[in-house]
Amino acid sequence: MWQPNCSQSTLKARAGCYSQIRAFFDSRGIIEVETPILSHAGATDPHLASMTVHSTSCMGAQYLQTSPEFAMKRLLASGSGAIYQLCKTFRADELGQRHNPEFTMLEWYRPSYDLAALMQEISELVSHVCDLPKAKIVTYKHVFQKHFSINPFSSTDEVLWALVQRSCSFSGEKLDRDACLDLLLAEHIEPKLGLEAPCFLTDYPASQASLAKLKKNEEGDWVAARAELYIQGIEIANAYDELTDAIEQRKRFELDNVQRLRMGLPHVNIDEHLIQALSHGMPNCVGVALGVDRLLMIKLGTDDIQDVLSFSHERA
Amino acid sequence: MANFSTNEFKGGLKVMLDGDPCSILENEYVKPGKGQAFNRVKLRNLRTGRVWERTFKSGESLEGADVMDHDMEYLYTDGEFWHFMMTDGSFEQHGADEKAVADSLKWLKEQEVYVVTLYNGAPLSIAPPNFVELEVVETDPGVKGDTAQGGTKPATLSTGAIVNVPLFVNIGEVLRIDTRKGEYVSRAKG
Repeated sequence: MWQPNCSQSTLKARAGCYSQIRAFFDSRGIIEVETPILSHAGATDPHLASMTVHSTSCMGAQYLQTSPEFAMKRLLASGSGAIYQLCKTFRADELGQRHNPEFTMLEWYRPSYDLAALMQEISELVSHVCDLPKAKIVTYKHVFQKHFSINPFSSTDEVLWALVQRSCSFSGEKLDRDACLDLLLAEHIEPKLGLEAPCFLTDYPASQASLAKLKKNEEGDWVAARAELYIQGIEIANAYDELTDAIEQRKRFELDNVQRLRMGLPHVNIDEHLIQALSHGMPNCVGVALGVDRLLMIKLGTDDIQDVLSFSHERA
Repeated sequence: MANFSTNEFKGGLKVMLDGDPCSILENEYVKPGKGQAFNRVKLRNLRTGRVWERTFKSGESLEGADVMDHDMEYLYTDGEFWHFMMTDGSFEQHGADEKAVADSLKWLKEQEVYVVTLYNGAPLSIAPPNFVELEVVETDPGVKGDTAQGGTKPATLSTGAIVNVPLFVNIGEVLRIDTRKGEYVSRAKG
Protein backbone atom coordinates (compact mmCIF):
# COMPACT_ATOMS: atom_id res chain seq x y z
CA MET A 1 0.00 0.00 0.00
CA TRP A 2 2.98 2.36 -0.06
CA GLN A 3 2.76 2.76 -3.82
CA PRO A 4 0.73 5.54 -5.44
CA ASN A 5 -2.77 4.86 -6.76
CA CYS A 6 -2.12 6.52 -10.09
CA SER A 7 0.42 5.93 -12.81
CA GLN A 8 3.41 8.14 -13.65
CA SER A 9 1.60 9.38 -16.75
CA THR A 10 -1.35 10.48 -14.59
CA LEU A 11 0.98 12.44 -12.31
CA LYS A 12 2.19 14.24 -15.43
CA ALA A 13 -1.35 14.74 -16.69
CA ARG A 14 -2.27 16.42 -13.39
CA ALA A 15 0.75 18.71 -13.57
CA GLY A 16 -0.16 19.52 -17.18
CA CYS A 17 -3.73 20.25 -16.16
CA TYR A 18 -2.56 22.71 -13.48
CA SER A 19 -0.35 24.49 -16.03
CA GLN A 20 -3.27 24.77 -18.44
CA ILE A 21 -5.53 26.15 -15.72
CA ARG A 22 -2.97 28.72 -14.61
CA ALA A 23 -2.26 29.77 -18.21
CA PHE A 24 -6.01 30.13 -18.84
CA PHE A 25 -6.49 32.54 -15.93
CA ASP A 26 -3.20 34.31 -16.47
CA SER A 27 -4.20 35.16 -20.04
CA ARG A 28 -7.42 36.67 -18.69
CA GLY A 29 -5.73 38.77 -16.04
CA ILE A 30 -7.31 36.88 -13.13
CA ILE A 31 -4.93 36.63 -10.19
CA GLU A 32 -4.18 33.49 -8.25
CA VAL A 33 -4.70 33.80 -4.50
CA GLU A 34 -4.07 31.65 -1.47
CA THR A 35 -6.29 31.66 1.61
CA PRO A 36 -6.16 29.67 4.87
CA ILE A 37 -7.16 26.03 4.82
CA LEU A 38 -7.80 26.12 8.57
CA SER A 39 -10.46 28.49 9.84
CA HIS A 40 -12.27 29.38 13.06
CA ALA A 41 -15.58 29.18 11.20
CA GLY A 42 -16.98 26.41 9.05
CA ALA A 43 -19.67 25.65 6.50
CA THR A 44 -23.13 25.56 8.10
CA ASP A 45 -24.73 23.65 5.20
CA PRO A 46 -26.31 20.62 6.93
CA HIS A 47 -25.22 18.39 4.06
CA LEU A 48 -21.57 19.33 4.41
CA ALA A 49 -19.57 17.72 7.20
CA SER A 50 -16.47 19.71 8.11
CA MET A 51 -13.45 18.03 9.59
CA THR A 52 -12.24 19.68 12.73
CA VAL A 53 -8.65 19.90 13.84
CA HIS A 54 -7.81 19.82 17.53
CA SER A 55 -4.43 21.15 18.50
CA THR A 56 -2.66 20.33 21.72
CA SER A 57 -2.19 24.00 22.57
CA CYS A 58 -4.91 26.37 23.74
CA MET A 59 -5.91 27.35 20.21
CA GLY A 60 -9.14 25.38 20.33
CA ALA A 61 -10.73 23.41 17.49
CA GLN A 62 -10.56 24.74 13.96
CA TYR A 63 -12.30 23.69 10.77
CA LEU A 64 -10.62 22.40 7.64
CA GLN A 65 -12.25 24.27 4.76
CA THR A 66 -14.96 22.56 2.71
CA SER A 67 -14.28 25.24 0.08
CA PRO A 68 -12.26 28.48 0.02
CA GLU A 69 -15.46 30.45 -0.64
CA PHE A 70 -15.73 32.54 2.51
CA ALA A 71 -12.11 33.71 2.53
CA MET A 72 -12.19 34.49 -1.19
CA LYS A 73 -15.35 36.56 -0.74
CA ARG A 74 -13.57 38.57 1.95
CA LEU A 75 -10.84 39.30 -0.61
CA LEU A 76 -13.51 40.37 -3.12
CA ALA A 77 -15.06 42.70 -0.54
CA SER A 78 -11.62 44.20 0.07
CA GLY A 79 -11.33 45.08 -3.62
CA SER A 80 -9.31 42.22 -5.08
CA GLY A 81 -11.12 42.08 -8.40
CA ALA A 82 -11.29 38.78 -10.27
CA ILE A 83 -9.45 36.00 -8.42
CA TYR A 84 -8.94 32.25 -8.61
CA GLN A 85 -7.54 29.59 -6.34
CA LEU A 86 -6.38 25.98 -6.75
CA CYS A 87 -6.46 24.35 -3.32
CA LYS A 88 -7.18 21.35 -1.19
CA THR A 89 -10.59 21.07 0.46
CA PHE A 90 -11.96 18.56 2.95
CA ARG A 91 -15.34 16.95 3.46
CA ALA A 92 -15.83 14.31 6.11
CA ASP A 93 -17.64 11.09 5.16
CA GLU A 94 -17.55 11.79 1.42
CA LEU A 95 -15.94 8.65 0.13
CA GLY A 96 -16.78 6.71 -3.00
CA GLN A 97 -16.06 6.28 -6.66
CA ARG A 98 -16.33 10.02 -7.26
CA HIS A 99 -15.51 11.28 -3.80
CA ASN A 100 -12.38 11.47 -1.71
CA PRO A 101 -12.56 13.26 1.67
CA GLU A 102 -9.58 15.42 0.65
CA PHE A 103 -9.79 16.77 -2.88
CA THR A 104 -8.55 19.52 -5.16
CA MET A 105 -10.81 22.42 -5.96
CA LEU A 106 -10.54 25.23 -8.46
CA GLU A 107 -12.59 28.21 -7.43
CA TRP A 108 -12.87 31.55 -9.16
CA TYR A 109 -14.88 34.77 -8.89
CA ARG A 110 -15.81 37.31 -11.53
CA PRO A 111 -17.06 40.70 -10.33
CA SER A 112 -19.50 42.32 -12.77
CA TYR A 113 -20.04 39.12 -14.78
CA ASP A 114 -23.47 37.52 -14.86
CA LEU A 115 -24.13 33.78 -14.60
CA ALA A 116 -24.47 33.41 -18.39
CA ALA A 117 -21.03 34.96 -18.94
CA LEU A 118 -19.53 32.76 -16.23
CA MET A 119 -21.06 29.61 -17.73
CA GLN A 120 -19.45 30.61 -21.02
CA GLU A 121 -16.08 30.98 -19.29
CA ILE A 122 -16.41 27.65 -17.44
CA SER A 123 -17.25 25.97 -20.74
CA GLU A 124 -14.14 27.53 -22.30
CA LEU A 125 -11.91 26.36 -19.44
CA VAL A 126 -13.28 22.82 -19.61
CA SER A 127 -12.83 22.74 -23.40
CA HIS A 128 -9.32 24.11 -22.93
CA VAL A 129 -8.35 21.30 -20.54
CA CYS A 130 -10.39 18.38 -21.88
CA ASP A 131 -11.06 19.14 -25.53
CA LEU A 132 -14.84 18.99 -25.21
CA PRO A 133 -17.61 20.70 -27.20
CA LYS A 134 -19.37 23.82 -25.96
CA ALA A 135 -21.66 23.25 -22.97
CA LYS A 136 -25.45 23.17 -23.26
CA ILE A 137 -27.83 24.65 -20.72
CA VAL A 138 -31.00 23.00 -19.35
CA THR A 139 -33.18 24.08 -16.46
CA TYR A 140 -33.97 22.03 -13.38
CA LYS A 141 -37.67 22.37 -14.13
CA HIS A 142 -37.22 21.16 -17.70
CA VAL A 143 -35.32 17.97 -16.77
CA PHE A 144 -37.91 17.01 -14.15
CA GLN A 145 -40.71 17.61 -16.63
CA LYS A 146 -38.89 15.56 -19.24
CA HIS A 147 -37.95 12.59 -17.03
CA PHE A 148 -40.90 12.43 -14.64
CA SER A 149 -43.59 14.61 -16.23
CA ILE A 150 -43.85 16.64 -13.04
CA ASN A 151 -43.20 20.24 -12.16
CA PRO A 152 -40.58 20.15 -9.38
CA PHE A 153 -41.69 23.54 -8.06
CA SER A 154 -45.44 23.06 -7.88
CA SER A 155 -45.72 19.31 -7.13
CA THR A 156 -46.77 18.62 -3.56
CA ASP A 157 -44.45 16.88 -1.07
CA GLU A 158 -46.75 13.84 -1.27
CA VAL A 159 -46.43 13.58 -5.06
CA LEU A 160 -42.63 13.76 -4.81
CA TRP A 161 -42.48 11.16 -2.03
CA ALA A 162 -44.78 8.83 -3.99
CA LEU A 163 -42.51 9.22 -7.02
CA VAL A 164 -39.45 8.33 -4.90
CA GLN A 165 -41.20 5.24 -3.55
CA ARG A 166 -42.22 4.18 -7.03
CA SER A 167 -38.91 4.76 -8.78
CA CYS A 168 -35.98 4.74 -6.35
CA SER A 169 -35.90 1.48 -4.29
CA PHE A 170 -35.43 3.75 -1.30
CA SER A 171 -35.26 2.24 2.17
CA GLY A 172 -35.92 4.53 5.11
CA GLU A 173 -38.30 7.00 6.66
CA LYS A 174 -40.19 9.59 4.61
CA LEU A 175 -37.83 12.09 2.99
CA ASP A 176 -38.45 15.81 3.04
CA ARG A 177 -39.15 17.71 -0.14
CA ASP A 178 -35.57 18.64 -1.02
CA ALA A 179 -34.22 15.17 -0.20
CA CYS A 180 -36.87 13.67 -2.55
CA LEU A 181 -35.74 16.02 -5.32
CA ASP A 182 -32.08 15.23 -4.56
CA LEU A 183 -32.67 11.50 -4.80
CA LEU A 184 -34.73 11.70 -8.00
CA LEU A 185 -32.02 13.88 -9.52
CA ALA A 186 -29.14 11.66 -8.37
CA GLU A 187 -30.72 8.35 -9.37
CA HIS A 188 -32.45 9.17 -12.61
CA ILE A 189 -31.36 12.47 -14.09
CA GLU A 190 -27.66 13.01 -13.30
CA PRO A 191 -26.45 9.85 -15.07
CA LYS A 192 -27.97 11.20 -18.30
CA LEU A 193 -26.59 14.74 -18.09
CA GLY A 194 -23.69 15.86 -20.26
CA LEU A 195 -23.31 12.63 -22.23
CA GLU A 196 -22.72 14.23 -25.63
CA ALA A 197 -21.58 17.68 -24.60
CA PRO A 198 -21.03 19.22 -21.16
CA CYS A 199 -24.33 20.39 -19.72
CA PHE A 200 -25.26 23.08 -17.20
CA LEU A 201 -28.27 22.44 -14.99
CA THR A 202 -29.66 25.82 -13.91
CA ASP A 203 -32.43 27.52 -11.95
CA TYR A 204 -32.56 25.24 -8.90
CA PRO A 205 -35.43 25.34 -6.43
CA ALA A 206 -35.21 28.41 -4.20
CA SER A 207 -34.84 26.09 -1.18
CA GLN A 208 -31.54 24.84 -2.64
CA ALA A 209 -29.98 28.26 -3.17
CA SER A 210 -27.20 27.84 -0.59
CA LEU A 211 -25.07 30.96 -1.23
CA ALA A 212 -26.76 31.97 -4.48
CA LYS A 213 -29.14 34.85 -5.15
CA LEU A 214 -32.78 34.15 -5.83
CA LYS A 215 -34.44 35.31 -9.04
CA LYS A 216 -37.74 34.88 -10.86
CA ASN A 217 -37.67 32.70 -13.95
CA GLU A 218 -39.76 33.40 -17.07
CA GLU A 219 -42.73 31.48 -15.67
CA GLY A 220 -42.64 33.47 -12.46
CA ASP A 221 -41.18 30.78 -10.16
CA TRP A 222 -38.62 31.86 -7.59
CA VAL A 223 -35.44 29.95 -8.40
CA ALA A 224 -31.83 29.91 -7.22
CA ALA A 225 -29.39 31.63 -9.57
CA ARG A 226 -27.21 28.57 -9.52
CA ALA A 227 -25.72 26.34 -12.23
CA GLU A 228 -24.14 22.90 -11.93
CA LEU A 229 -21.96 21.59 -14.72
CA TYR A 230 -22.22 17.91 -15.65
CA ILE A 231 -19.95 15.97 -17.97
CA GLN A 232 -20.71 12.33 -18.77
CA GLY A 233 -23.09 12.12 -15.84
CA ILE A 234 -20.50 13.45 -13.38
CA GLU A 235 -21.02 16.69 -11.49
CA ILE A 236 -17.98 18.86 -12.18
CA ALA A 237 -18.72 22.40 -11.02
CA ASN A 238 -21.21 24.50 -9.09
CA ALA A 239 -21.68 28.18 -9.93
CA TYR A 240 -23.63 30.91 -8.17
CA ASP A 241 -24.73 34.41 -8.79
CA GLU A 242 -23.35 35.19 -5.36
CA LEU A 243 -25.51 36.42 -2.54
CA THR A 244 -24.20 39.83 -1.42
CA ASP A 245 -26.83 40.67 1.20
CA ALA A 246 -25.33 40.29 4.69
CA ILE A 247 -28.70 40.08 6.45
CA GLU A 248 -30.03 37.42 4.10
CA GLN A 249 -26.73 35.52 4.36
CA ARG A 250 -26.88 35.50 8.17
CA LYS A 251 -30.48 34.33 8.03
CA ARG A 252 -29.53 31.39 5.79
CA PHE A 253 -26.61 30.42 8.05
CA GLU A 254 -28.88 30.52 11.10
CA LEU A 255 -31.54 28.45 9.32
CA ASP A 256 -28.81 25.92 8.47
CA ASN A 257 -27.96 25.63 12.15
CA VAL A 258 -31.64 25.21 13.05
CA GLN A 259 -31.85 22.37 10.54
CA ARG A 260 -28.60 20.93 11.92
CA LEU A 261 -30.10 20.89 15.39
CA ARG A 262 -33.21 19.12 14.05
CA MET A 263 -31.05 16.55 12.28
CA GLY A 264 -28.94 15.94 15.38
CA LEU A 265 -25.84 17.42 13.74
CA PRO A 266 -23.28 19.61 15.52
CA HIS A 267 -23.70 23.38 15.50
CA VAL A 268 -21.18 25.15 13.26
CA ASN A 269 -19.84 28.60 14.09
CA ILE A 270 -21.06 31.19 11.60
CA ASP A 271 -18.27 32.98 9.76
CA GLU A 272 -18.70 36.46 11.23
CA HIS A 273 -15.81 37.73 9.11
CA LEU A 274 -17.78 36.89 5.99
CA ILE A 275 -20.91 38.59 7.34
CA GLN A 276 -18.83 41.69 8.15
CA ALA A 277 -17.30 41.64 4.67
CA LEU A 278 -20.76 41.44 3.09
CA SER A 279 -21.97 44.29 5.33
CA HIS A 280 -18.98 46.33 4.22
CA GLY A 281 -20.04 45.59 0.66
CA MET A 282 -19.03 42.84 -1.71
CA PRO A 283 -19.31 43.73 -5.41
CA ASN A 284 -21.98 41.89 -7.39
CA CYS A 285 -20.18 38.85 -8.69
CA VAL A 286 -20.50 35.29 -9.86
CA GLY A 287 -18.32 32.45 -8.68
CA VAL A 288 -17.74 28.79 -9.31
CA ALA A 289 -16.14 25.81 -7.59
CA LEU A 290 -14.84 23.08 -9.87
CA GLY A 291 -13.65 19.62 -8.86
CA VAL A 292 -10.23 19.26 -10.45
CA ASP A 293 -9.89 15.54 -9.69
CA ARG A 294 -13.14 14.87 -11.52
CA LEU A 295 -12.05 17.01 -14.46
CA LEU A 296 -8.94 14.81 -14.63
CA MET A 297 -11.16 11.73 -14.51
CA ILE A 298 -12.96 13.04 -17.61
CA LYS A 299 -9.70 13.95 -19.33
CA LEU A 300 -8.20 10.52 -18.68
CA GLY A 301 -11.41 8.56 -19.23
CA THR A 302 -11.65 6.85 -15.85
CA ASP A 303 -14.72 6.47 -13.65
CA ASP A 304 -12.87 6.08 -10.36
CA ILE A 305 -11.38 9.07 -8.54
CA GLN A 306 -8.68 6.84 -7.04
CA ASP A 307 -7.15 6.50 -10.50
CA VAL A 308 -6.23 10.20 -10.59
CA LEU A 309 -4.96 10.60 -7.01
CA SER A 310 -1.35 10.08 -6.01
CA PHE A 311 -2.59 8.52 -2.78
CA SER A 312 -6.27 7.97 -2.09
CA HIS A 313 -7.83 8.28 1.36
CA GLU A 314 -7.07 4.63 2.09
CA ARG A 315 -3.36 5.07 1.37
CA ALA A 316 -2.96 8.60 2.76
CA MET B 1 -25.54 -6.79 17.55
CA ALA B 2 -23.89 -3.50 16.75
CA ASN B 3 -25.34 -1.07 14.22
CA PHE B 4 -23.41 -0.20 11.10
CA SER B 5 -23.65 3.17 9.39
CA THR B 6 -23.74 3.44 5.58
CA ASN B 7 -20.15 4.66 5.52
CA GLU B 8 -19.09 1.41 7.23
CA PHE B 9 -20.85 -0.73 4.59
CA LYS B 10 -18.25 -2.88 2.91
CA GLY B 11 -18.43 -6.00 0.79
CA GLY B 12 -19.06 -9.00 3.05
CA LEU B 13 -20.58 -7.07 5.98
CA LYS B 14 -23.69 -8.87 7.28
CA VAL B 15 -26.68 -6.71 8.16
CA MET B 16 -30.39 -7.13 8.84
CA LEU B 17 -32.81 -5.73 6.26
CA ASP B 18 -36.58 -6.27 6.26
CA GLY B 19 -36.11 -9.02 8.86
CA ASP B 20 -33.65 -11.04 6.77
CA PRO B 21 -29.89 -11.36 7.16
CA CYS B 22 -28.10 -9.91 4.13
CA SER B 23 -24.54 -9.68 2.94
CA ILE B 24 -23.37 -6.39 1.43
CA LEU B 25 -22.06 -6.77 -2.11
CA GLU B 26 -21.52 -3.18 -3.25
CA ASN B 27 -21.90 0.26 -1.74
CA GLU B 28 -21.89 3.38 -3.89
CA TYR B 29 -21.90 6.90 -2.43
CA VAL B 30 -24.01 9.35 -4.44
CA LYS B 31 -24.48 13.03 -3.84
CA PRO B 32 -26.21 15.41 -6.23
CA GLY B 33 -23.81 18.33 -6.03
CA LYS B 34 -25.13 20.06 -2.96
CA GLY B 35 -27.83 18.46 -0.86
CA GLN B 36 -28.66 15.12 0.68
CA ALA B 37 -26.15 12.31 0.13
CA PHE B 38 -27.29 8.74 -0.43
CA ASN B 39 -25.74 5.29 -0.58
CA ARG B 40 -26.85 2.93 -3.29
CA VAL B 41 -26.29 -0.54 -1.89
CA LYS B 42 -26.43 -4.03 -3.38
CA LEU B 43 -27.09 -6.79 -0.87
CA ARG B 44 -27.59 -10.51 -1.09
CA ASN B 45 -30.45 -11.82 1.00
CA LEU B 46 -28.78 -14.78 2.69
CA ARG B 47 -32.09 -16.54 3.28
CA THR B 48 -33.30 -16.46 -0.32
CA GLY B 49 -30.05 -15.83 -2.20
CA ARG B 50 -31.75 -12.98 -4.05
CA VAL B 51 -29.86 -9.75 -4.73
CA TRP B 52 -31.52 -6.53 -3.55
CA GLU B 53 -30.72 -2.99 -4.58
CA ARG B 54 -31.60 -0.39 -1.99
CA THR B 55 -30.86 3.28 -1.53
CA PHE B 56 -30.29 4.71 1.94
CA LYS B 57 -29.78 8.21 3.23
CA SER B 58 -26.08 8.50 4.03
CA GLY B 59 -25.50 8.12 7.74
CA GLU B 60 -28.48 5.79 8.26
CA SER B 61 -27.56 2.55 9.94
CA LEU B 62 -28.62 -1.08 9.87
CA GLU B 63 -28.38 -3.64 12.61
CA GLY B 64 -25.58 -6.13 12.15
CA ALA B 65 -26.69 -9.72 11.49
CA ASP B 66 -25.34 -12.52 13.65
CA VAL B 67 -24.13 -14.53 10.69
CA MET B 68 -20.98 -16.67 10.73
CA ASP B 69 -19.53 -19.13 8.25
CA HIS B 70 -18.09 -22.36 9.69
CA ASP B 71 -16.44 -25.42 8.21
CA MET B 72 -18.48 -28.49 9.20
CA GLU B 73 -18.42 -32.15 8.32
CA TYR B 74 -21.63 -33.73 7.08
CA LEU B 75 -22.65 -36.64 9.31
CA TYR B 76 -26.10 -38.05 8.45
CA THR B 77 -29.76 -37.21 7.92
CA ASP B 78 -32.71 -38.33 10.01
CA GLY B 79 -35.09 -37.42 7.18
CA GLU B 80 -36.03 -34.09 8.72
CA PHE B 81 -32.64 -32.61 9.50
CA TRP B 82 -29.20 -32.94 7.98
CA HIS B 83 -26.59 -33.06 10.73
CA PHE B 84 -23.20 -31.37 10.57
CA MET B 85 -20.29 -31.26 12.99
CA MET B 86 -17.81 -28.44 13.57
CA THR B 87 -14.28 -29.27 12.41
CA ASP B 88 -12.65 -27.03 15.02
CA GLY B 89 -12.35 -29.88 17.51
CA SER B 90 -15.42 -28.82 19.51
CA PHE B 91 -17.54 -31.67 18.02
CA GLU B 92 -20.46 -29.24 18.20
CA GLN B 93 -23.32 -30.45 16.02
CA HIS B 94 -25.97 -28.52 14.09
CA GLY B 95 -29.08 -29.80 12.29
CA ALA B 96 -29.95 -28.03 9.05
CA ASP B 97 -33.51 -28.16 7.73
CA GLU B 98 -34.54 -28.68 4.12
CA LYS B 99 -34.64 -24.93 3.44
CA ALA B 100 -31.08 -24.47 4.63
CA VAL B 101 -29.76 -27.49 2.72
CA ALA B 102 -31.70 -26.51 -0.42
CA ASP B 103 -29.78 -27.21 -3.65
CA SER B 104 -26.74 -28.49 -1.78
CA LEU B 105 -28.70 -31.66 -1.00
CA LYS B 106 -27.50 -33.34 -4.17
CA TRP B 107 -23.85 -32.83 -3.20
CA LEU B 108 -24.05 -34.04 0.41
CA LYS B 109 -21.60 -36.81 1.14
CA GLU B 110 -20.72 -38.16 4.55
CA GLN B 111 -17.38 -37.00 5.99
CA GLU B 112 -17.08 -34.24 3.37
CA VAL B 113 -16.55 -30.71 4.74
CA TYR B 114 -19.11 -27.97 3.89
CA VAL B 115 -19.39 -24.28 4.71
CA VAL B 116 -22.36 -23.92 7.02
CA THR B 117 -23.65 -20.38 7.52
CA LEU B 118 -25.08 -19.98 11.01
CA TYR B 119 -27.65 -17.26 11.64
CA ASN B 120 -28.39 -16.65 15.31
CA GLY B 121 -26.69 -19.98 15.94
CA ALA B 122 -28.80 -22.06 13.52
CA PRO B 123 -27.87 -23.21 10.00
CA LEU B 124 -29.14 -20.75 7.40
CA SER B 125 -27.45 -22.17 4.33
CA ILE B 126 -24.99 -24.83 3.24
CA ALA B 127 -22.33 -24.34 0.58
CA PRO B 128 -20.62 -27.40 -0.89
CA PRO B 129 -16.92 -27.41 -1.75
CA ASN B 130 -16.25 -26.51 -5.40
CA PHE B 131 -15.39 -30.13 -6.16
CA VAL B 132 -16.76 -33.35 -4.69
CA GLU B 133 -15.98 -36.96 -5.55
CA LEU B 134 -19.06 -39.17 -5.91
CA GLU B 135 -19.74 -42.73 -7.00
CA VAL B 136 -21.84 -43.60 -10.07
CA VAL B 137 -24.80 -45.76 -9.04
CA GLU B 138 -26.64 -45.90 -12.32
CA THR B 139 -25.75 -45.31 -15.98
CA ASP B 140 -25.77 -47.11 -19.32
CA PRO B 141 -22.89 -49.56 -19.68
CA GLY B 142 -19.57 -48.01 -20.65
CA VAL B 143 -18.51 -48.05 -24.31
CA LYS B 144 -15.15 -49.72 -24.61
CA GLY B 145 -12.40 -47.95 -26.51
CA ASP B 146 -14.19 -44.64 -26.27
CA THR B 147 -11.94 -42.32 -24.26
CA ALA B 148 -12.18 -38.57 -24.03
CA GLN B 149 -13.88 -37.97 -27.38
CA GLY B 150 -17.48 -38.45 -28.28
CA GLY B 151 -20.84 -37.86 -26.70
CA THR B 152 -22.17 -38.00 -23.17
CA LYS B 153 -24.85 -39.86 -21.26
CA PRO B 154 -26.63 -39.19 -17.98
CA ALA B 155 -25.33 -40.84 -14.81
CA THR B 156 -26.96 -40.97 -11.39
CA LEU B 157 -24.54 -40.43 -8.51
CA SER B 158 -24.68 -41.79 -4.96
CA THR B 159 -26.29 -38.56 -3.72
CA GLY B 160 -29.07 -38.73 -6.33
CA ALA B 161 -27.54 -36.01 -8.51
CA ILE B 162 -27.72 -36.64 -12.23
CA VAL B 163 -24.83 -35.35 -14.35
CA ASN B 164 -23.73 -35.83 -17.93
CA VAL B 165 -20.65 -38.02 -18.16
CA PRO B 166 -18.50 -39.39 -21.03
CA LEU B 167 -19.65 -42.64 -22.61
CA PHE B 168 -16.79 -44.71 -21.12
CA VAL B 169 -17.91 -44.23 -17.51
CA ASN B 170 -19.19 -47.32 -15.67
CA ILE B 171 -21.29 -47.95 -12.57
CA GLY B 172 -19.13 -48.04 -9.44
CA GLU B 173 -16.61 -45.51 -10.69
CA VAL B 174 -15.86 -42.45 -8.55
CA LEU B 175 -16.04 -39.13 -10.41
CA ARG B 176 -14.84 -35.63 -9.63
CA ILE B 177 -17.72 -33.17 -10.05
CA ASP B 178 -17.71 -29.36 -10.19
CA THR B 179 -20.62 -28.45 -7.89
CA ARG B 180 -20.87 -24.85 -9.16
CA LYS B 181 -21.90 -26.00 -12.64
CA GLY B 182 -22.99 -29.54 -11.80
CA GLU B 183 -20.49 -30.83 -14.35
CA TYR B 184 -18.26 -33.88 -14.69
CA VAL B 185 -14.56 -33.01 -14.39
CA SER B 186 -12.66 -36.30 -14.43
CA ARG B 187 -12.38 -39.74 -12.91
CA ALA B 188 -11.26 -39.49 -9.30
CA LYS B 189 -7.61 -40.32 -8.84
CA GLY B 190 -6.48 -43.18 -6.65
